[in-house]
Order: sequence, then C-alpha cells, then structure tokens
Amino acid sequence: MERNHFHRQLALTRQSLFDQGFLDEQFIQLEELQDDANPNFVEEVVTLYYRDSARLIHNIEQELEKSNLDFNKLDSYMHQFKGSSSSIGAKKVKAECSLFREYCRTGNGEGCMRSFQQLKKEYSTLKKKLEAYFQVEQVGQVHPPHSKLKSFVV
Amino acid sequence: MTAVGDVLRRGLAEDLGVPNGLEELHVLAVDDSLVDRKVIEQLLKISSCKVTAVESGTRALQYLGLDGEKSTAALNDLKINLIMTDYSMPGMSGYELLKKIKGSSAFREVPVVIMSSENILARINRCLEEGAEEFILKPVKLSDVKRLKDFIMRGEGEEKGKRRAPKRKLRDDVFTCDELTLESPTKFSAKRSTSLV
Repeated sequence: MERNHFHRQLALTRQSLFDQGFLDEQFIQLEELQDDANPNFVEEVVTLYYRDSARLIHNIEQELEKSNLDFNKLDSYMHQFKGSSSSIGAKKVKAECSLFREYCRTGNGEGCMRSFQQLKKEYSTLKKKLEAYFQVEQVGQVHPPHSKLKSFVV
Repeated sequence: MTAVGDVLRRGLAEDLGVPNGLEELHVLAVDDSLVDRKVIEQLLKISSCKVTAVESGTRALQYLGLDGEKSTAALNDLKINLIMTDYSMPGMSGYELLKKIKGSSAFREVPVVIMSSENILARINRCLEEGAEEFILKPVKLSDVKRLKDFIMRGEGEEKGKRRAPKRKLRDDVFTCDELTLESPTKFSAKRSTSLV
C-alpha cells in the first residue's frame, strides 16, 4: 500500500514537471534510453549538463561584465548552452536562451543582462527540482513499481 | 578504379548479406558537446550499434586516418557504417568534415548525416549537395536513429521503404562523381522540419 502511494506520488511529481513547463518531451526521450545496463542514464546526463553548463554560465557572466559587449561571442556561448539545455528537455531554460539570443541579435545589452538573470533563476530552479526528483526516484528503484513484490492495490 | 570497385563490392555484400542483428553497425559520432555526445552514444547503443564518439572534426579525421599522418595498417580493417556529425563545431565544422570525408577514397561511400539545432534551408541544401545522406534536427530522437539504421541495414542500393527516392546509386557515385543531380533537394531536407522557410 505504502509502495503504491509512493509511486503514485513520484509519478505525480514527475508529471508536474511537465505540466508546469519545466521539462519537454526530450526528457521522455532520455527516459526511454534508460535500461538495465544504464539504470541511471537520465540522472547522469542531467548531472553532466549541470557540470558542463556551469562553465558556460561563468563565461557568459564574465563577458557580460565587460564594458563593450561582444554579442557574437555571447550568442555563441548561448548557442551551446541552448543546445545542451534542449538535449535534456529543459524547456523553460531553453526558452530563456532563445530570448537571450534575440537580444544578442539586436545588440540589446540591457535585455541580455535581464534575460540572463531570469535564465539563471530557471536553471537553478530546475536543478533543485530534478535533484529532488532523482533522490526520491532512487528510493523507488529499490522497490520498482513493476516489481513482483508490489503490494496489492487496496 | 578496380581496387575501389572491389572494395565497394565487398562492402555491399557485407551490408546486404548480413541478416539483421548479427553484425553490429559501427557509427562514428562527432559532436563538441559533452551532453550531446553522451546522448547520441546511448541512442546508438540502445539501437545495438557500436559507437565511437569524438569531440571534433580533427579527431574524427585522425580516427579515420585521413589527417595526413602515416595511416596505420589497422585502418584497413576499420569498418564504419555511418558517420553522424554536428554541424556547428569550433574549428572544423561538420560541413568541412563532410567535404573531407566525401573527398576521401576510403570513406566517401560511408553515409554521413549532419545534425544541427538550427533549421536553415541554405545550410541543409549545402550539406545535401555536398553528399550528406540526411540532415537531422537536434535533439536527435530514437526514431531518427532507427530510421538511419534501417536504411543502412537495407543497403544503399535498392530501397524497399519507398520513403525516399534513390538519389544516387553507389556505382554512379564512384565513377561519375555527379553530385549535383539531386532532383529535388528539399525532398531530403530535415525530416522533422515543418516549415522550410
């Protein structure tokens, strides 16, 4: 009983990430790539994403501190950042990336800075949510929902 | 010419004669993004392909023995069934890599697929004209890989799927180098693009 409730909760949490627009179908693609040989694939990719993109964020921050903004450079960093964000299904982050690139295209420094602040917010919100989700999911992996030990539905 | 023909014939026999699943396809994936490399690697592994993933066009050429360095004897045994490369990469772009591969006698017959997050028609056409098999919009999906795998397993000659017109026969490719006879390049444009503006 408890196990069913737990898995229902996990499923609801997962669904809310989609419903609230944090994740898109690319995340589901990643889930489909998870198998017995790679049971933590999604978490691994997400972890890699956060590690790798931290570097990009740092580069962008440094660039934005300059008095003369190099919009080409900024756009190039953001292109990479958008790419990886898209690869993990980070929907809101990806949208902010597009916005930032628009500001680069029009040479709008203020817009870039505003958009970047928002992007960092979305980025860290998603990180917290995914970390929490994976933590709970790990617990569930000990007792997978389709396990033969699953208790009967009451 | 004869030597190339022999290699081709052998290659075709291998491609067409091998039943599904008995021989693993070997795919070379090129992408500067760490995340994308990890994903494409898994996409291919799940699809029962052997993967070699490298981070740049330069590394890809090194791996293929096309970098001008003394090629090792081992490279004669190197069998690559498909090359998937990102378009936008620092240094050598996927387009430049494509040209180098198509310009080589050893690997010009290997299908090269370009991946890009940007749906730019001019870019797509440029790649197709240079001999790219297909242009795939990122993020690459399992269905894309499956489609590619099916295509390769079937062999590049006759197609049964009818999803694409045979744009070039292998032999024409080798002997006439007629790259610009694509009837309608847009037919082979990014499979998932909805508006080729």
